Amino acid sequence: MLDIAVVFLPLLGAIIAGLFGRIIGDRASQIVTCAGVLTAAAISIYLFNDVALNGNATDRVLLDWIQSGTFSVNWGIKIDTLTAVMLVVVNGVSSMVHVYSVGYMSHDKSIPRFMAYLSLFTFFMLMLITSPNLLQMFFGWEGVGLASYLLINFWYEKPSANNASIKAFLVNRVADVGFALGIFGVFMLFGSVTYSEMFPKAADLATMDWILFGHTFPALTSVCLLLFIGAMGKSAQLGLHTWLPDAMEGPTPVSALIHAATMVTAGVFMVARLSPVFEYAPNALHVVAIVGALTCITAASIGLTQFDIKRVIAYSTMSQLGYMFFALGVSAYSAAIFHLMTHAFFKALLFLGAGSVIHAMSGEQDMRKMGGIWRKIPITYALMWIGSLALAGIGIDGLFGFAGFYSKDLILESAIATGGTIGTFCYVLGLIAAFMTAFYSWRLIILTFHGKPRADHHTMEHVHESPWIMLAPLMPLALGAIFAGWYAFDWFGGEGRAEFWKDAIFHLPSHDPIALAERVPEYEKWLPLGVALPGIILAYIFYVLKPTWPGKVTMALGGLYRLVYNKYYFDELYNFLFVRPARKLGEFLWHKGDDATIDGLGPDGIAALSLRIAQRVSAVESGYIYHYAFAMVIGVAVFTTWFCLKG
Amino acid sequence: MTSFPILSAVTFVPLLGALLIALFVGKDNNKLAQNIALFISLVTFALSCWMLQQFDVAQTAFQLVERFVWIPTFNIAYIKGIDGISVWFVMISTLLTPICILSGIGGVHKRVKEFMIALLVLESMMIGVFTTLDFVLFYLFFEGILIPMFLIIGIWGGEKRTYAAYKFFLYTFLGSVLMLVAIFAMVIQVGTTDMTAMIGYKFPPQMAMWLFLAFFASFAVKTPMFPFHTWLPYAHVEAPTAGSVILAGVLLKMGGYGFIRIAIQMLPQASHTFAPLVIGLSLIGIIYTSLVALAQTDMKKLIAYSSVAHMGYVTLGIFSFNEQGFDGAMMVMLSHTFVAAALFLCVGVVYDRMHTREIARYGGMATNMPKYALVFMLFMLASVGLPGTSGFVGEFLAMQGAFLANSWYGLIAALGMVLGAAYMLWLYRRLFYGTLDKDDVRAMPDLNAREITMFAPLLILVLWIGIHPSTFRSIYAPTLEKALSDFQVQTGDQSQNAQFQGDTP
Repeated sequence: MLDIAVVFLPLLGAIIAGLFGRIIGDRASQIVTCAGVLTAAAISIYLFNDVALNGNATDRVLLDWIQSGTFSVNWGIKIDTLTAVMLVVVNGVSSMVHVYSVGYMSHDKSIPRFMAYLSLFTFFMLMLITSPNLLQMFFGWEGVGLASYLLINFWYEKPSANNASIKAFLVNRVADVGFALGIFGVFMLFGSVTYSEMFPKAADLATMDWILFGHTFPALTSVCLLLFIGAMGKSAQLGLHTWLPDAMEGPTPVSALIHAATMVTAGVFMVARLSPVFEYAPNALHVVAIVGALTCITAASIGLTQFDIKRVIAYSTMSQLGYMFFALGVSAYSAAIFHLMTHAFFKALLFLGAGSVIHAMSGEQDMRKMGGIWRKIPITYALMWIGSLALAGIGIDGLFGFAGFYSKDLILESAIATGGTIGTFCYVLGLIAAFMTAFYSWRLIILTFHGKPRADHHTMEHVHESPWIMLAPLMPLALGAIFAGWYAFDWFGGEGRAEFWKDAIFHLPSHDPIALAERVPEYEKWLPLGVALPGIILAYIFYVLKPTWPGKVTMALGGLYRLVYNKYYFDELYNFLFVRPARKLGEFLWHKGDDATIDGLGPDGIAALSLRIAQRVSAVESGYIYHYAFAMVIGVAVFTTWFCLKG
Repeated sequence: MTSFPILSAVTFVPLLGALLIALFVGKDNNKLAQNIALFISLVTFALSCWMLQQFDVAQTAFQLVERFVWIPTFNIAYIKGIDGISVWFVMISTLLTPICILSGIGGVHKRVKEFMIALLVLESMMIGVFTTLDFVLFYLFFEGILIPMFLIIGIWGGEKRTYAAYKFFLYTFLGSVLMLVAIFAMVIQVGTTDMTAMIGYKFPPQMAMWLFLAFFASFAVKTPMFPFHTWLPYAHVEAPTAGSVILAGVLLKMGGYGFIRIAIQMLPQASHTFAPLVIGLSLIGIIYTSLVALAQTDMKKLIAYSSVAHMGYVTLGIFSFNEQGFDGAMMVMLSHTFVAAALFLCVGVVYDRMHTREIARYGGMATNMPKYALVFMLFMLASVGLPGTSGFVGEFLAMQGAFLANSWYGLIAALGMVLGAAYMLWLYRRLFYGTLDKDDVRAMPDLNAREITMFAPLLILVLWIGIHPSTFRSIYAPTLEKALSDFQVQTGDQSQNAQFQGDTP
């Protein structure tokens, strides 16, 4: 029963608040949704103990869903260690965001709708992570996409929110074409899309080739890459990332929950969940690693240049997702999930902290109009420091570190331990990105909180610390950001790994970078800290000691700066390549295709033609015998020919 | 014929009702005409439920058969019967008619009595098509539908109704003429008008080709398939709401039904030969009409084009010749019936209030019509094919089937998913989001009780199919599986059904 409750309580809350919110009122809607998710969070902790620590994994069927010939898929709930970790992350962050939203959205006119959407999102996310098959995962996958669409567009009167929400849905749909084709391929290859039936067959299929789109491909690699396209969309990897920064149009709690802590990590979860298949497709893993590493560095570089506080954090999220993917790519699955978990804590903390700042600044998001407010909002300031320390991965090896220290180091060490071109590539890009991360994090802190106030007098007068309903939920997240890495390291990167994970994730005995990571040279372990500290120092120099430098550097870099500042012109390129041509083509096909060609040659043409023929015929009806005789002869000739040919 | 002739009853009760209204209802007694029509349609629905209850799922042959000789000279008999394939089409006809009458009560204010008569006659004809097993009668019903539909568009339609009605007539009639010739040829060849005798009959291959093309002309227009679809947007735009609902909900399905019943079951070899043509047109249709839908400024036209795109999945699934494709085609047809009907009803809701279908005249309705916004959203999502709604089940299976037949088919069809989402979200955004700055839009009241009653059954069905399609599939599955295995035996083609077995290249 508990597994059903943990998934469906948020749905119940969403339905009550969504359909009856106007009747029961704002307060009751908040209570009902918060209660649902908080209860689910409590159950998640229990299930984590039961499943991950005591080894009682479950996998059961609730109801049959789609049956067709040999294709058979059920609704079900599968809880193993991987799901249990995700349950704690999703329900943990979601419950905190629910409570925070009570305060953050207190002046909004559609509170029940907001709470219902949040709970609905949580339900879909839970369906995604508890799914025992690919199709139910797809249900959750598209469902969280829907919830994300609804929440980005929560303030639906703003055209920018409308556009951002449609963009998010459509970019994800493009990626989902890959996912859907992957599912079709999996069915063709494995004869089933249920994990428990798929995984045992993977080893036998490893060397098989098949014909796809007219070419011969290794079967498993092509299926894995198709599924990975889906993961790239949801997790905003390079090429399919353009929706994520725009998604910041949504209210800040949404950014924290969906676009930082949970939904965007669905792609990472997917690859980890399918590790028994990906392991036998080494080339697919290489692609995952390269895409991850490129995303990591690209997003971090854009993060250096942005001025919108939420966008900086959004690019940071994208960059951290890149870390997770290259960890997956080098088969360090548990390292990726480790970073997913710690990142959920500190990134949700940073976003909600940013929300608190925005709340204090009367809705201002541009860091150029902030500054000099740290004394006025000291708790938020302290929490942002904690989040940034965790994000930058600050810590001392063997002593103590913030959450990101353990997980990021584990990823980087796994990459270098894997070695080879791919491993080294990931490691080097990861290190550079770590430097950038530290720089933009402290750039954010200094621009936002320090220096002279740049906001107008009126706004500055209103700067105030957020109410406790908003600060209280940040405390558990802050605790997570400080201690989660230290506390959980043994499960994800230490001796207790095998016992903790059991068969929830799989890696070939020959692919075990985490075991090798313990043996990397001593200096490699210090490098991540070694690049993070200069990043912080450089930010201090740029924005405190020598405030004219950023402008000079910008000028010096010229075109390169503009390229990065304009996000490598991905949006412009896609608009040029896809969006505008689609519209144009639609117009063209409608007017030239349907109206001019089909109708012109078809019904309208026939009508015109018959009119002309009728006029001709009436001219032929001349009364002259030979005209009629001629027509008769022609007619007889046609009939005779017809019968001869037929006979 | 010992038992109660349930199929005849379901078929002719609406016609009797129409007669009753015609003879006994006064010219201006609109209320009475509406009430009788609603009552009769509900009785018909109840009868069809009884029919469904008597239907034996395990039996794949025709059931509840009624048979007596009608015109002995020409060996034309009156034969009725249903199997798993047709039973759902009868059900959707009897379900949609009362909903249409409810919609007509709100939307039609001139010649109310005649409108109700036309709807009931239409219902009789539709049920007739799906329950008749005599080829001549089948043709009569199939073509008879044109008359009430033509009148509904021509009398209660919009400004350009003449052009629309003409186009509708020209297209469908052209197809029908060829079909009539084909039916005669088949009747002469087999020596009976009994359709059950045609199933499994081996027509000479050359003849079967011509027969297929003749039927294809008719069904491709009805479905409609690219490039025979251009009548549909006009017919929808000019038809009153109830007309659009029947058109999208039931009439288009006659094309899909015809493809399964006649092309697959009677002309398997020819269907197999022409499959590349049909699949090619289906795929072009999916992409082409989706792109055209993107450019529409009239909301009914947009949904009409989306109908063409969705029906593309039907023909794609059928001509993939495997279980997933067949199942997908049936599911898309069921789903599209409810979803397209509901979307046209949604358009009707605001058309009744504002008398314009121009998308740009609306905007920001989420603010003043939250119930309407929610209902529209749910049906939009079903149209987009979000998992958990009926739209997903069918399209997913159809695409899975197509992918098994050829991975390119799967890819192109899947691209339709993106375009489908694009035009529907863009429509929704223009109607419901943005600021509510137009006074006449702001003045519109939210859904009333009558409208909620119309949408409720459709909404339940859309979610039910989406979450637990087995309820619906279990009734048609044995018949459809039998049809597929017969097809595969006759064409000797099992390949598309097989899963990937090993190192093929």
